[in-house]
Amino acid sequence: MELVKNPEIAHRFPDLHPAMDARAAVVEANRCLNCFDAPCMGACPTHIDVPGFIRKIATGNVAGSATTILDANVLGASCARVCPVQVLCEGACVLHGKHQKPIEIGRLQRFATESFYDAGGRLTLRQRPERPERIACIGAGPASLSCAAELRQQGFQVRVIDRRTLPGGLNTYGVAEYKLRAADSLREVEMVRGLGVEFETRDIDAISLASLEREFNAIFLGVGLGAMHRLDIAGADTEGAGLIAEARIIDALKFIAAYKSGAPLSVGRRVVVVGAGNTAIDAACAAKRLGADTVTIVYRRQRENISAFDFEYDHALREGVEFVWSTLPTAIAATNNALTLTCVTVSQDANGQLAPQSGSEFTLDCDTVIPAIGQSPLLDLLSQVRGITMERGRVVINRATGQTANPKYFAGGDCVNGGREVVDAVADGKRAAHGIAAWLTAQPPTHPEVPLG
Amino acid sequence: MADLTTNFAGIHSPNPFWLASAPPTNTGEQVMRAFDAGWGGAVWKTIGEPITNVSSRYSSIDWNAQRMMGLNNVELISDRPIEVNLREITEVKRRYPRHAVIASLMVESTREAWHQIVKRTEDAGADGLELNFGCPHGMSERGMGAAVGQVPEYTQRITEWVKEVARTPVLVKLTPNVTDIRVIARAARRAGADGLSAINTINSITGIDLSTFAPRPNVDGKSSHGGYCGPAVKPIALNMVQQVMADDVDGPSIPLSGIGGIGNWQDAAEFLLLGCTSVQVCTAVMHYGYRIVQEMIDGLSNWMDANGFATISDLRGKSLAKVTEWKHLNLNYKIVAQIDEALCIGCQLCHIACWDGAHQCIHVDRVSGPGGAKGPINGHVEVHAKPREMGRERIVTTPIPKLDPPRQHIGPYATSLERIPRVDETECVGCNLCSLVCPVDDCITMVERPTGLPPQTWAERSEGSECAPP
Repeated sequence: MELVKNPEIAHRFPDLHPAMDARAAVVEANRCLNCFDAPCMGACPTHIDVPGFIRKIATGNVAGSATTILDANVLGASCARVCPVQVLCEGACVLHGKHQKPIEIGRLQRFATESFYDAGGRLTLRQRPERPERIACIGAGPASLSCAAELRQQGFQVRVIDRRTLPGGLNTYGVAEYKLRAADSLREVEMVRGLGVEFETRDIDAISLASLEREFNAIFLGVGLGAMHRLDIAGADTEGAGLIAEARIIDALKFIAAYKSGAPLSVGRRVVVVGAGNTAIDAACAAKRLGADTVTIVYRRQRENISAFDFEYDHALREGVEFVWSTLPTAIAATNNALTLTCVTVSQDANGQLAPQSGSEFTLDCDTVIPAIGQSPLLDLLSQVRGITMERGRVVINRATGQTANPKYFAGGDCVNGGREVVDAVADGKRAAHGIAAWLTAQPPTHPEVPLG
Repeated sequence: MADLTTNFAGIHSPNPFWLASAPPTNTGEQVMRAFDAGWGGAVWKTIGEPITNVSSRYSSIDWNAQRMMGLNNVELISDRPIEVNLREITEVKRRYPRHAVIASLMVESTREAWHQIVKRTEDAGADGLELNFGCPHGMSERGMGAAVGQVPEYTQRITEWVKEVARTPVLVKLTPNVTDIRVIARAARRAGADGLSAINTINSITGIDLSTFAPRPNVDGKSSHGGYCGPAVKPIALNMVQQVMADDVDGPSIPLSGIGGIGNWQDAAEFLLLGCTSVQVCTAVMHYGYRIVQEMIDGLSNWMDANGFATISDLRGKSLAKVTEWKHLNLNYKIVAQIDEALCIGCQLCHIACWDGAHQCIHVDRVSGPGGAKGPINGHVEVHAKPREMGRERIVTTPIPKLDPPRQHIGPYATSLERIPRVDETECVGCNLCSLVCPVDDCITMVERPTGLPPQTWAERSEGSECAPP
């Protein structure tokens, strides 16, 4: 897939949160109390010096502000757009304690980084000697980009390897377009490339792993997760088989990647999304914007059990997405020009156990079914990495250094945490870079962090 | 409702709120609109031989995204002919006989010139005269304005000339651009002035354009020092007002019209409490228009009612007795900071302010930190290290709803105990700094800790001592 500029997508997916103009940014920046040991900074997985960059906006030092942000978080521009700030920096803002609106940290961060990039600003390398050690980062998503950038900042030679044509991982292919445009993600990748990071597109298997081990001093696994789970019900494998063009089954990530890549895409009139996580909501809202009349999210448990953030749920309601609770799809059948999703109502006991209720079967007629029930780990690949430990499908690491059971391998991001936010991957990558640097130079890490009590 | 009527050395006005001599009182049309809006009096934009102004005249200081904390100007006196100004004064007084119209005057420093302008102005119907001995820019280069007001002998002589012919009350407007404003005030009193007004604007350069390197306001690439006014100058004005009103050298004080950064009723009340009989306003009107006087009248009146003041004279000067010299302050009075944990929002500004800017007695140590902080310890701190930023020392991840436990919260207060600073009273000197930086009202209060010692001032303590100051 290549990124194709599609004006229709730009039109249908305008920014969810408008950019701030310079004056508004200065006014907002001046509301900041400039807390000491600020809770917003503590709540940010990458520990951006939030009061510091806000103070620089207030004093007209936008380049300095962006540098403060990017120094701590090289993907500060995309994090400004995609972070669930309500549960991170803005959620921690002390102004809540005064019953005031928290500082709009996300929008201020976006103002600083985008103003900086728009004015031609680039990441600058710290003053340091070049080092001979070579590190391979597998996967070109946020974790690897962050790890690679920090390693370059410390003088190491870094290559990022990804199977996909476009780097950036889920930042490029998987984030709702009204939050982050693919082009913005690619611009950030170019900034990292500008630090001297090499990028390579190829698949990794056991043989290539062996050669990488010989060629590189350390390897960072930032491979993320694999394909989405398939619906394990009758008829769910009928994707593309005998269905008419507009009636189909497509998993949420493929669906999002397709429209974000600018591919011509039509969506059925009636769309059912299965699952109620953040990706499900991204897909549901996208379907709505792409022209679906009705979009229904079907979820087997109740509202209070969904893994999506509250603000995402509220956003889906505003976009006109409907929710059907306590409902489990049991079969999909292709009928004339459409799909019929058979469902059953399920009850939930005190222990959270689900039980289908007999006689509660009903059907939903629709044109598109979008399963969004989580991604499976990349077990095929990870099982070929010698000496690492896996637990529940996740790579086990030392949290402070990112190091796996095989000391040559470090890891971070979704393949370690099972699927969290961009900023978590960036923080993992940065910590791993410190860990790798410390391991290669046999020094204690320069930024030791301890797990939260 | 309180009676706001004012009698300033025989000049009567329905309230103590006068417009200062400045652009808002440039024309009769403006002054009449101001009276309609509620202003009690107006000091006319200084009348004299018409001048030519420069283009680009004002500049300002913004503070924390708020406009015009301070305003500076290089504008001169009225650029309109004397006879036009006087004709309009007559018209205004005819239409508004109950309002005070005071003519601000500035002419060349000859007896004849002053006699002539005083007579013409009084013939026009002005209720009083204000001698502009304060304008700090332009006019002073021509031997007028502050050039007069900075020399007591000149101030006295010209005031005497005016008093030789004046039939209405004469106010001398004082410049703050002197070492001791009382010396000039005494000269005016000696000359028989009926009242004073203070302060005029303060010499200033408001700032420099960092792209052109030219100071503001920019007049074709250059600037000149201008007169500073607005909220920023109020503390300076209050101090000078107090100095003048508390001064009894060469005779008792005379009525003072307070000027300097007054923008609301609270400001006005402060000037009145320090002895002013009326107040004059300019910058706030230049910012928001004449309408602001309504809030000033209403606010002052309500405050007077709430405090049992029936008239302005009931409250005038009430704070004067509460200002003294440092040597008369009680050395045995001790207060310490007290943090209301229930109100604390955990910004820790008090902690860092005390640590870096005061006496290192506010600590963040209620909970042992991850790095091994031991919890509360009292006593003198001498650690050559910067205060800990524990937030940066922790690995945190985005909390996923229903999956991750809520953030660790310690203690019974809305703010987690680990973020609530603690005052070590054994080291607190009662400086107030923490309570000043605290963004929450009433969260940090300064409470008295009786020392058990009788009050004692420095004057008393050093009495008879060999090292006593002279």
